[in-house]
Amino acid sequence: MKRTSPDVLPAEGGHGDHPLLAVDNLHVEFRTRAGVVRAVNGVSYTVNPGETLAVLGESGSGKSVTAQAIMGILDMPPAVIPKGEIRFRGTDLLKLSEEARTQVRGQRIAMIFQDALSALNPVFTVGWQISEMFRVHRGMSKSDGMKKAVELMDRVRIPAARQRVNDYPHQFSGGMRQRIMIAMSIALDPEVLIADEPTTALDVTVQAQIMELLADLQRESQMGLILITHDLGVVADVADKIAVMYAGRIVENAPVHDIYRAPAHPYTKGLLESIPRVDLKGQDLYAIKGLPPNLLELPTGCAFHPRCPYRQDNCVTDSPPLYQISGWRGSACHYWREVLDGEQ
Amino acid sequence: MASSDRILEVRDLVKHFPLNQGILFKRQIGAIKAVDGVSFDLHRGETLGIVGESGCGKSTLAKVLMALERPTSGSVKINGRDIGRAKGAELKRMRRNIQMVMQDPYTSLNPRMTVGDIVGEPYEIHTEVAPKGDRRKKVQDLLEVVGLNPDHINRYPHQFSGGQRQRIGIARGLALQPEIIVCDEPVSALDVSIQAQVINLLERLQNEFHLAYIFIAHDLSVVRHISDRVGVMYLGKFVELGKDTEIYDKPAHPYTQALLSAVPVPDPEGREQRERIILQGDPPSPANPPSGCRFRTRCWKAQEICAEEEPLLQIRPGTGHESACHFAETHDVVHIG
Repeated sequence: MKRTSPDVLPAEGGHGDHPLLAVDNLHVEFRTRAGVVRAVNGVSYTVNPGETLAVLGESGSGKSVTAQAIMGILDMPPAVIPKGEIRFRGTDLLKLSEEARTQVRGQRIAMIFQDALSALNPVFTVGWQISEMFRVHRGMSKSDGMKKAVELMDRVRIPAARQRVNDYPHQFSGGMRQRIMIAMSIALDPEVLIADEPTTALDVTVQAQIMELLADLQRESQMGLILITHDLGVVADVADKIAVMYAGRIVENAPVHDIYRAPAHPYTKGLLESIPRVDLKGQDLYAIKGLPPNLLELPTGCAFHPRCPYRQDNCVTDSPPLYQISGWRGSACHYWREVLDGEQ
Repeated sequence: MASSDRILEVRDLVKHFPLNQGILFKRQIGAIKAVDGVSFDLHRGETLGIVGESGCGKSTLAKVLMALERPTSGSVKINGRDIGRAKGAELKRMRRNIQMVMQDPYTSLNPRMTVGDIVGEPYEIHTEVAPKGDRRKKVQDLLEVVGLNPDHINRYPHQFSGGQRQRIGIARGLALQPEIIVCDEPVSALDVSIQAQVINLLERLQNEFHLAYIFIAHDLSVVRHISDRVGVMYLGKFVELGKDTEIYDKPAHPYTQALLSAVPVPDPEGREQRERIILQGDPPSPANPPSGCRFRTRCWKAQEICAEEEPLLQIRPGTGHESACHFAETHDVVHIG
């Protein structure tokens, strides 16, 4: 199929050794009446074809805002991107015209959202909403689009797709709605799929179904997957590498096995230790003390210092860079060696 | 355990919500069988965890225990007296003894009331617990007990974070010195790093005041951490009930096994080899549950007998705890938690 995108956008598989998607030193601010909210403060990560990057963080850590910046769906203003690049196969998306951006959004980089019911339009049938992708982006007729919609619903394993294509979103269960969202997002064979908390609203047995489906689709199409979540269990199950975010920064990135074996940042370590474990039943859970910071007034130095058991004087004044530990592994802690060795 | 230890006895509890048709002449065309025959005991100082997926009836069960809903049939006895039949002054007195902590600390606190008014409101209804002059002091003591600054008594809920708000909800639950607290998903709305703080608080309060908890949650590792016994619900019924170690290490019911195997393990080692039972489809509607065993439509062990005869919750050969499956068989699926 011929792409109508302008020639600044490299074709699939093009441009040699560029990563599929690279976020580089991205900053996002929200200029509000209460002040400037620094939601993302210099985030960098890369995703390659067939790879799963998990972005882990709590509410307010900037993980979703980063994703929305990649998709180009931030409301600007109030959002401003003062610095940074988002390179898709080597081309900086932030420098593209809105028209060129539209060619990327949904077609080559797609996104699924947490709450499928509010992401779907309640007054159109699901078939109509899925086929909209083909009508708008591919210029297909209504009937061809509907045929494609049935195929996609089969592909995401919705039972009796042919009968259900004319049903409305409210007639589906939560898990089935999320499948419809997935069908819409993979309709145009995107190269990058961003999944923002795709299973948080679902029960565990349904979560297992959806994660299995995403893994199968990824294997078939070699998509790069960015999985945004706060669930350390889901991450351990599917991720190849992890970026942990705190207060708008990546505080640790690492291949998945390394981070669970030996975390190199006190925040990651605290999160892992606060998971209830069988052998510690009856004892207090380890709890990270204090509260996540207010993004209007971030702490000086390292944003984690008020809650950190490893804090020294320089943590209050010097913001740590992301120290490179090895290959794709880094920690934004002055004392990452001590954390890694488990000394305290 | 001695029978005097039994603080709550639930027997054959049923709650159906009628489905009506027609505007002027309503007639009942069916019923949502939200809770459909649940029996269990709760002992003093014990925590009973209740797990199950959305729609299985666990929150309706909580409401019936709190006497916020009247049961269709069956009984809830607190210290031997049936709360479902109590009226007026007696009901009011019994309600003092069973309190609730809600899921969402953002919507369960009135934004126009101060923390002091929220935590002290139970005293307006149960005036005998704290005479007017003592109330402020009592509320401040409660705030201190749950780890909040007693000087913040005049602040409003929006001035607190999610974790602190949940502490306010817990303080309100403690105000009347109940013996039982029903916690309905008390940590699921909180950030991961805050959940551990609230769970530790609940455990500390249990030891301090000898409370019994009904702990409803969908996070199985949290339930395991806090519970002495665990009940697994599916479509309005318990399918399995036992000690925490029995449920987690020797689950006997296929649904429990599927539920446990679906929980992601926070450790990537050996993830390719892990056994996973992925259930097909969604739970059936509680308005029209399957005949016989309710789980049979999604069960890989189902035989003819499962459609004909409903399996009762009882101790089965080869297992040490109660389960409701004709083919119950213990099987250690996975170690979670």
